[in-house]
Parts: sequence; C-alpha cells; structure tokens
Amino acid sequence: MPDGAQSNSKSMSIIATKGTLDWAYPPFILGTAAAAMDMEVTMFFTFYGLNLLKKDLDLKISTLGNPGMKMPMMGMHMALPNIVSAIPGVDRGATTMMKNLIKKKGVASIEDLREAAVESDVRMIACQMTLDLFEIKKEDLIDGVELGGAVTALEVAGQSNINYFM
Amino acid sequence: MAEHVLDAKGLNCPLPILKAKKMLKSLPAGDVLKIESTDPGSVADFAAFARQTGNELLSSESAGDVYTFEIKKS
Repeated sequence: MPDGAQSNSKSMSIIATKGTLDWAYPPFILGTAAAAMDMEVTMFFTFYGLNLLKKDLDLKISTLGNPGMKMPMMGMHMALPNIVSAIPGVDRGATTMMKNLIKKKGVASIEDLREAAVESDVRMIACQMTLDLFEIKKEDLIDGVELGGAVTALEVAGQSNINYFM
Repeated sequence: MAEHVLDAKGLNCPLPILKAKKMLKSLPAGDVLKIESTDPGSVADFAAFARQTGNELLSSESAGDVYTFEIKKS
C-alpha cells in the first residue's frame, strides 16, 4: 500500500426516501462510488424511495414547487412558475428534457447505476412498513432485495462509518 | 505485461471510477490500467480512489480536454 493510503474497511449506509428521477441520483451515485472504493454499502429504501427498487423503473421529475430547478433551455436557465408546472403534460415534458440532458452529458442512467450497485454487492433493504402502506409487493421489486424495518436500518447505521439520509 | 486502456471519455461522474474499478478487478496485481477521461472532476476522484483502495496512482496528466491516469493494481 502506498504512503498515505487509508484503511479500506470503511462502511456506509444510505437511507433513500425520494422517488423522483433527479433525487434517484444522489443515493445511487454515492452508493456505487463507495462500493468502488471497497466500502461495505447498505442502502435502505423507505417511502417514495421504494420507487427506486421497482423492476419497472418509471421515474419522473416534477418542476412543481421546485424553484431551484433551472434547466438549460434556449441558451439560458429557466425555472417554471408553479402555475405552468401544474398544467398536465409539463412534468412529462420536463422529464423528457432531463433524460435528454442526462444522455447528452454522459451521465449514467439510474438503471445502469442500480445495476452497478447490484453487481458490486451493495446490500439493499426495502422498508417493510412502506411496502404495506403503499401496497407494493416484494415481487414488484428487483431480485436480491431484503426486507427490514427501522431497527434493521439503525443497526446498520450504528456499524457504519458514514451515514446519509437522502 | 499487456497494456490495459479504459476509454472513459465523454462519461460523467461516477462512471469513470465505476468502469475503472470493474477493469481493475479483472487484472492481476502489478498490472497498470491507463484511463482516459474528459471529466475534470475525475482528477480529484482518481487520486481519492487510489488513496482509499490502495491501488497506486502512477501518473495523472492532462492534455487539452483529456485527462490521463495510470493506476497500478495492488
């Protein structure tokens, strides 16, 4: 090991709570990057975060109530007023624009990142309570997902060097 | 020793690291992987990757918009 190399036995846990295309990125980017750094990674998916585990990924963005989202458009950056965002079809259009940008900028798709997470043995836990609450079946989720509750998440967090809530 | 080259040009964070890790996994210890990237963030990221994983960063150079790294599998 070269000088200055750190111990590679670190571990990380992430609680993913959001289920939109944009917010799917932080947990999967950090999860896969940590796994690439030989960290032991656990991702706990709860509430809307469960969307990220569905076999059929159909993630969208919403511009509604999101003034921070300024998309490059016609040579400038535009945020949509809520009254425009509320018009049917606007979120679908914004989602298409975001997907085009993702491709154009060489950003990984969520499908690819999730596959990389599975390949690098990231432990994925789905929140049992949210599955019940939203009537989502375990069969709707990708293979290899464990079920667990708050105590499972907290046990992992207690053993991890890094813990994120997203 | 065969030369291993990863063309990660045009890819954005964290893809260059993920692909490099995947290739390094398949290499025997001591082999060197050369990575070409256009992501300016990869300069700091490959340095941190090397520190964290113990794979030695032999070189980190830039020419125009392309960044080239050489990493030796530990």
